[in-house]
Amino acid sequence: MNAAKMIGHQSLWLARRLLSGVIVVWAAATFTFFVQFLMPGERAQIIFNANSGNVGEIPRDQLLAINAKYGFDQPVIVQYGRYIRDVMHGDLGQSYVQYQPVTDLIGRQIGPTIALAFAAVLTAWIITITTTVLFAGRDNIWPKALGGLQVFLATLPPYWLATILLVVFAIQLRLFPVVGGNTLMGLVLPTIALALEIYGFLGQAVLSEFTRVLDQPFITSSRMRGTGDLGIRLRHALRHAALPGITLSGWIIGKLLSGAVLIEAVFGRQGLGGVLVAATSTRDVPVVSGVILVSAALFVATSLFVDLTVQLIDPRMKEA
Amino acid sequence: MSFATSSAGHAKAFITARVLTGARRFPVRVYVAAFFMAFFLIAAIEPKLLQTHDPLMLSLTSPLKAPSLTHWLGTDQSGRDLYSRIVAGTGHSLSIGLGATALSLALALILGVTAGLSGGWIDNVLSRLFDALFALPTLFLALLFVSLLGTSVPTLVIAVGLGTSPGYARMVRVQVLSVKATSYVEAARALGHSPRRILFKHILPNAISPLATMFTLGVGQAIIWASGLSFLGLGVAPPSSEWGALLNAGRNYVIYAWWLEVMPGIAIAALALSVTVVGQYVQQRLEGRIELP
Repeated sequence: MNAAKMIGHQSLWLARRLLSGVIVVWAAATFTFFVQFLMPGERAQIIFNANSGNVGEIPRDQLLAINAKYGFDQPVIVQYGRYIRDVMHGDLGQSYVQYQPVTDLIGRQIGPTIALAFAAVLTAWIITITTTVLFAGRDNIWPKALGGLQVFLATLPPYWLATILLVVFAIQLRLFPVVGGNTLMGLVLPTIALALEIYGFLGQAVLSEFTRVLDQPFITSSRMRGTGDLGIRLRHALRHAALPGITLSGWIIGKLLSGAVLIEAVFGRQGLGGVLVAATSTRDVPVVSGVILVSAALFVATSLFVDLTVQLIDPRMKEA
Repeated sequence: MSFATSSAGHAKAFITARVLTGARRFPVRVYVAAFFMAFFLIAAIEPKLLQTHDPLMLSLTSPLKAPSLTHWLGTDQSGRDLYSRIVAGTGHSLSIGLGATALSLALALILGVTAGLSGGWIDNVLSRLFDALFALPTLFLALLFVSLLGTSVPTLVIAVGLGTSPGYARMVRVQVLSVKATSYVEAARALGHSPRRILFKHILPNAISPLATMFTLGVGQAIIWASGLSFLGLGVAPPSSEWGALLNAGRNYVIYAWWLEVMPGIAIAALALSVTVVGQYVQQRLEGRIELP
């Protein structure tokens, strides 16, 4: 394959990946738009209740006024077109309950959540690589024990693991602040709780591939040429075993965000969790939909980034 | 005659041996898991058999007591026995989990089979939708349904059921596609069987059987998600002793009474783990693999 053809191939691949990313966000937006019609009663009722502070039936004139203001009186197809146009322009609509754009609400709180998610995924990878390189494929009880631990961690409710850490290390041993705020010390326990859950899934994927790769002929021939065991594990096996873990990354984003929201509640941390829980209990649908669309965009961005990274690690993937 | 008796005796001895060795082949973890499942099943059906106290009896003299011989798992802020409350809540949690999983799989089955069978643009549209929904965090999808329908027990079942179904729908679709491509379906088609007959006699039974294990594994996950919603205060409200509601009620007391948070969590984890262990074991046996990966 000559260089020009290679570049053409590459940009075509990138274009296709971008298009499928756009389709994911568009499908998610379409879903959140049409699903809101499942809500019993008038949408204006929720806005009216939040505005006036009472829970009575909305008067007719108010209903018409709110419907006109929010465009609820337009045909559904027009509303849909507007919604998609706004989403494409990065406008996720107005909160029903708090008088602000949804993007402002999310933008102000997403930082701590992203920090927690990022710290957790990094920690999970560090634990995964360390335990796999040390214990995988050994002729003793360790690989089995490790596998059991991973299934255990993957099955535990994430908020419960977080509670245990809080009780043991913050309340009983007083090593960490109980209500951490957004200090670095306050980030440690939530990160460990979230990382251990992710490790449960990530570790299983990497461990099984690592064990499989250790039996491959190229490993044996490397050994015959005198490469030490640690060298084989770090330089050869890990490279292959990391791939299934990396391809899980997009899916891990969803796990991370779900887990982060619950763990933020355990530790009383600032973040997306607070926004989402408040919006759900006040039935502020645009905010909940907005958070969902932001996580869809995060998923798409991560998947794209991961696919590019995988190509660097494994050039064979360029063909796919 | 003598041949028949000896053969019957032989067969009997063989079967006994099979049963014995077969029974001995269960790993220890499966026994432990089965024990917990039996415990929770009894607790769900007839909680009085297992309770040591009346789960609703208030006792002003013994609020927030640590676990002891009288109160095995301690007491809550109103002096109610936590162990008996957890037992009382089992039926609630289990039925929400079962309901949500049933809903989730039913929806996944309808959509997944439709996509897998029809092919063409219908399959394209549906599988794109599954992919997009699968990309979204399960908890957020569930929260979207709670925000649309308001907090209640039926909403919780619907929210968890709909939130977890995109993943299953993808699996069902792939399963249908792979069964559709097998040689026995091709043979049935070559023999001139009607599409209807092929669907109900060949494709559906073979595509659905893996759903049995998915269901077991799904119940554990559904209970975790449902209790997670209750824990956030968006599921079952605190007077109930559903496990997530117990966790939510204990949140304010976690500094003085750790057992209020730890013990209901152990119940959730024990149920989810035992269901997972049994589900994975059955899955491995069905696939003919006995060794854990």
